[in-house]
Amino acid sequence: MKHLLSISDLSKAEALQILDTAQELSRISDAPVKKLPTLRGKTIVNLFLEDSTRTRISFEAAAKRLSADVINFGAKGSSVSKGESLKDTALTLQAMGADAVILRHSGSGAAKRLADQGWMSGAVINAGDGTHEHPSQALLDSFTIRKHLANGTGDLTGLKVAIVGDVLHSRVARSNVLLLNLLGAKVTLVAPPTLLPIGVESWGVNYSYDFDATLSGMDVVMMLRVQQERMSDFYFPNVREFSGYFGLNLDRTRAMTNNSIIMHPGPMNRGLEITAEAADSARSVIVEQVTNGVSVRMAILYLLLAGANEVAQLAEVSA
Amino acid sequence: MSSIIIKGGSLFGEKVADLAVSNGKIVEPSSVGSDAVVIDAANCIVLPGLVDLHTHLREPGRENAETVLSGSRAGVKGGFTALSAMANTLPVADNAGVVEQVWRLGQATGLCDVFPIGAVTEGLEGKNLAEIGAMADSEAKVRVFSDDGNCVSDSLVMRRALEYVKKFNGVIAQHAQDPRLTVGAQMNEGEVSSQLGLKGWPTIAEEAIIARDILLADHVGSRLHICHLTSAGGVELVRWAKARGIAVTAEVTPHHLLLTDELARSYDPIYKVNPPLRRASDVQALREGLADGTIDIIATDHAPHPSESKECEWQEASFGMLGLESALAIANMVLVETGLLTWRGIAEKLSINPAAIAGYGDHGSDLSVGKAANITIIDPKREWRVDRDLMQSRSKNTPYHGMQMRGVARDVIYRGSVVLRNGEVHNG
Repeated sequence: MKHLLSISDLSKAEALQILDTAQELSRISDAPVKKLPTLRGKTIVNLFLEDSTRTRISFEAAAKRLSADVINFGAKGSSVSKGESLKDTALTLQAMGADAVILRHSGSGAAKRLADQGWMSGAVINAGDGTHEHPSQALLDSFTIRKHLANGTGDLTGLKVAIVGDVLHSRVARSNVLLLNLLGAKVTLVAPPTLLPIGVESWGVNYSYDFDATLSGMDVVMMLRVQQERMSDFYFPNVREFSGYFGLNLDRTRAMTNNSIIMHPGPMNRGLEITAEAADSARSVIVEQVTNGVSVRMAILYLLLAGANEVAQLAEVSA
Repeated sequence: MSSIIIKGGSLFGEKVADLAVSNGKIVEPSSVGSDAVVIDAANCIVLPGLVDLHTHLREPGRENAETVLSGSRAGVKGGFTALSAMANTLPVADNAGVVEQVWRLGQATGLCDVFPIGAVTEGLEGKNLAEIGAMADSEAKVRVFSDDGNCVSDSLVMRRALEYVKKFNGVIAQHAQDPRLTVGAQMNEGEVSSQLGLKGWPTIAEEAIIARDILLADHVGSRLHICHLTSAGGVELVRWAKARGIAVTAEVTPHHLLLTDELARSYDPIYKVNPPLRRASDVQALREGLADGTIDIIATDHAPHPSESKECEWQEASFGMLGLESALAIANMVLVETGLLTWRGIAEKLSINPAAIAGYGDHGSDLSVGKAANITIIDPKREWRVDRDLMQSRSKNTPYHGMQMRGVARDVIYRGSVVLRNGEVHNG
């Protein structure tokens, strides 16, 4: 594994290796000194050309806990805001000796372009590309699901996961569908017909227009963020109607069964796709997703950047 | 201008015969003297010079991408003796001044005829009619009008344009794309676009405009030409219109006959083009539509762009790909070698029919004595590899870089002068 661009590039064994490595590394997060020397001397660039707080901070924390040097590069006030192309930015980062670039970009496929064009030799990690994918989010989501509902080991065979809301524009949904399928979970997409992608029949998932009818029996209800700009494009009549049919509220939270959990990639629109009662309920693991995000991102950086010997050593320790 | 004798070529791929040229015309072989230049065309196909009805030459305004000269060289290299320069230049070719400028630039290069296409509306904005009459009466004698790049989406404007050009038997070439259904569109809408998270351009956005315009053309009794048809549904609509006797013609590009939307999985915008690459089933329907006569012509939609417009993210990149230098080889491989068309059929699709649609009287001839000597000699077996660094075009945005092709224009005679000899462009 040279880059992390799309979940579709991962084998099941590779995905499980990331989750298992994250499991090991999560101990660091619980230790009094939250630091490993593994990536000392490595330079990691957080190239966030689209606004993001939690993903950038999460990657930064992950890199620092592995002792890497982190450079944050945002669009605002940088050469990019002056019209510099992705190519020239990449050439600059290459010239500075970046070992890895973590890219957040509004354009689908931007991370793949950065990795494929030979502009730079370091590893590229896709931290969200347009409406395409957000692989580290899916990995941290599966990590969280596994921890709660599969004893923290192995795959997710048989677990039922509902992904609810704006599937059409969601990179979180795309990566989660790929990874959950890979790990054996059963996915149901829940959305109004306007917010399901054309050709969703080929995604290997169930889909439903009726949230209430799908709630019972679900192990996981994963809510998606609804972007404000969708309001003006006729995807649904208004916020009230959307929330009524597809929002997770107290009644729907009560209709959830067994040990089922509530997830959300954040940032939440409280009152739109999820109410405060649901977000703060006992079933909610939303805050824990953030914690797990650091461990999973440490695992990604570790596996991409640490030498093969160090990876083998960690495997021995955990065996 | 010396005489030329073309020996032993197969005219239209049907009959081996000598062809002679003198003073810009085709003459009896017995009438030329022993001092005539001899071109050995054994094992070659001899066709009337190819005619492209859809070329972006970028001049004036975007000479960093292409000029009339560099585009003409690319055209000649590809076997063309006539190009049709689309109106989306800077300034737009929406008045007599700009079309005459392009016309004169073409004449000055002397490599092939460059016929300007006039804009339908001022500034390609779709609101007010451009000075269509003045362009028709200008030195350039424009007969084809198009807002290509933009669709004439307003039904009333389209109706009036169709009616207005009847005055001089003009034709409106429509870029069929409902703008509201394609806001921000990046590629064909389907399974691939959904997986890639790229905004879709549904075929319905093309078909809805085609259906409307067919009915408008029928209603006002005018001529409609559909640019770059891409979908199986569009082919069905044109087939229906022709069966009803409506005066509609249609074109398809070489890239829509060969490439599919699967290529977008690379996120390499070399494959980003408008209208977008479609599914394999559409490609098959387009080939069949050509073979059964529903689609009248192949046109390149040659769209040069500088490197920086393609060396970037998919969304940032410009739409369009080069076409002039590869069109003939693709036609050979996907139509002749598959048995869908004969060389006579290729002559119709790439020369006779486009010349007839646009009224280019000196082009698309039957190669009989007395006709203007616009002739292309094709070596159908010649293998070559596309190299973007060896193009005549000023730009390099060919999607075929590295691809093995078969069939090439070896020699081209334009108005009696040899402008391509053994693959080398002469003068200019």
